[in-house]
Amino acid sequence: MTAPTQSQQRPGAGQFFSAIPGAGILLILMLALFTIANPRFVSQTNLVNVGLQASLLLMIALPMTLIILTEGLDLSAGALLGLSGVIVAEALLAGWSVFAACAMAFAISTAFGALNGVLIAYLTLPAFVVTLGTMGLMQGIALVMTNGDPVGGFTPAIETFYRSQLWIFPMPIVVAVALYAALWLLLYRTRLGNYVIAIGGNKDALRLAGIRANLVHLAVYVLGSAIVGLSAVLLIGRTNSAHPTVGIGMEFEAIAAVVLGGTSFEKGQGWLFGAVLGALAITVLRNGLNILSVDSSLQVVCIGILLILALLIDRARKHYSR
Amino acid sequence: MTIPATLDTRSPSLSPDALALLGRLILIVLIAGALTAVDPGFASVSNLLNMLRQASLLFLVASGLTLVIIGGGLDLSVGSNLTLSACLAAAAIKTTGNPWYGVAVAVTSGTLIGFTNGLMINRLRLPPFLATFGMLWVAQGAAYWFMAGQTIYGMPMSFRYFGTGFFLGVPLPIWITLVVCVVCSIILHRTTFGREAYFMGANQTAALLSGIAVERRRLLLYVLSGLTAGIAALVYLARLNAAEPGIGEPLLLPAIAAVLVGGTSLFGGSGNIVGTVLGAILLTIIVNGLNLLNVAATWHPFVNGAVVLIAILADFIVSRRRSESG
Repeated sequence: MTAPTQSQQRPGAGQFFSAIPGAGILLILMLALFTIANPRFVSQTNLVNVGLQASLLLMIALPMTLIILTEGLDLSAGALLGLSGVIVAEALLAGWSVFAACAMAFAISTAFGALNGVLIAYLTLPAFVVTLGTMGLMQGIALVMTNGDPVGGFTPAIETFYRSQLWIFPMPIVVAVALYAALWLLLYRTRLGNYVIAIGGNKDALRLAGIRANLVHLAVYVLGSAIVGLSAVLLIGRTNSAHPTVGIGMEFEAIAAVVLGGTSFEKGQGWLFGAVLGALAITVLRNGLNILSVDSSLQVVCIGILLILALLIDRARKHYSR
Repeated sequence: MTIPATLDTRSPSLSPDALALLGRLILIVLIAGALTAVDPGFASVSNLLNMLRQASLLFLVASGLTLVIIGGGLDLSVGSNLTLSACLAAAAIKTTGNPWYGVAVAVTSGTLIGFTNGLMINRLRLPPFLATFGMLWVAQGAAYWFMAGQTIYGMPMSFRYFGTGFFLGVPLPIWITLVVCVVCSIILHRTTFGREAYFMGANQTAALLSGIAVERRRLLLYVLSGLTAGIAALVYLARLNAAEPGIGEPLLLPAIAAVLVGGTSLFGGSGNIVGTVLGAILLTIIVNGLNLLNVAATWHPFVNGAVVLIAILADFIVSRRRSESG
């Protein structure tokens, strides 16, 4: 079956504003609502808190954007976050240096990314089931390694890093901004980035143009898993302990953030900044509901409703602008 | 473009599918034989019946999922649908004392969740895995919120009969499995709707162009998947005699694995419900065997994940061979 050809656009100003709606409108609405409901919402400590939470979510949502741009999905990201944290913690407890422990987590994450990538890119298996399967593998290994219990008592260096600041900015926010900048450059300023977007648009065309499309496709999954694996270091620094199931559900929030931001599952249509908008919207929603003391399990339901609202707004806008 | 061999919607009791089913049956017998060699207690009637009862619980979750996957969709929310339906039903039975209210609540909530999935996919044009993945977390969250950290236990005996009772010496869940299996078979192979489901799964565009009301059929498929999850919730509740928000989550991977191991292709358009029965039995035997070999329960997610990966690899190899020879 031939897919329709389509033009690849770089995000210009026009695309910027037409893509803001869903998440942007809801974000502004929520900021206003929560401020009226409780002025403590805009206090400096709370806003820094929102930034910290959003940056952790972004560490998964940014690589997830790249994967979704290739018409793929990574349901194993949350489980990998848990597994990688457990590996770092166990390695530190075994007397490894921080660098060696991180290298180990990096190696294992990359290997799992490669497994996902080979099955999805080379064997053309559906991403959502492949990553569901590897999710089971990762979750299982993390559970077997820890017997289901949290691992703590490793060197405080990780927590010190999490709590450190670059000038006045907390380290997790600095890391997230740096990651955004790096991925932005990769996606919009390199040839590899063009190929990544082209895979979602028309992988066959890319292959026919003489590009090793499968290799690029594989690289997206490897890169995504590597980033998620290293983000686990920040996550275990936050509580100074590694819990095998801590990341479960994070993949849902990351995917929700990407979709909220206006990135579509079809034809590589999307943009990196959408993940930032989406992650902020989800974090603001959670934080605001926390202040209004809404139960955390009900917050998940609210994220689902937010997602559907944003999609409805986007559909309505498309309908009326036609 | 080559027409996939899976477009053939004749009754799958014909040769290739029958052979595939026979192969799975032989595999089951071989594993069972090996386990009996390790521990003769495995082959006792009580252990076999117990295992079939476990398998029938898994099958009930996977049955509606099979229909959806044949129709070219996917339902990742079956596990948490079961959780929420079971929790709501338990609360209804506990407060009214009448099991039939529980049955009504579980069936309604299961069906409604399936209906919502179908609506999201039809109206919002969401990919099925995304819509049902969102529903997974929403239903799960709703269940945790509803239960507020509590466990509801102690169902009336008349209700527990559905999960623990025997009829003619065979556990009741196995009878329920038989009924659901026969009904699904009739739907798939003896109704226009079933044929259209295979057609939609094989080539959705062609189905749409031939005038099939694809959206309505799709909605019905997701409703059926929700309904079977609701029925499964009742059997689970009757068997466990308790409801808490963690019961359904670990079922998703085994359910998908059961469908795939049963020979239903993830790419839609081929497969059958008897395969899912065998897939459920195969998975249950594997877990039972691990327990027999004293493997810790923490290994279960790993094993389920590995089985899913192996099953899609096998599916990939089989479908490529078919399209090459076809």
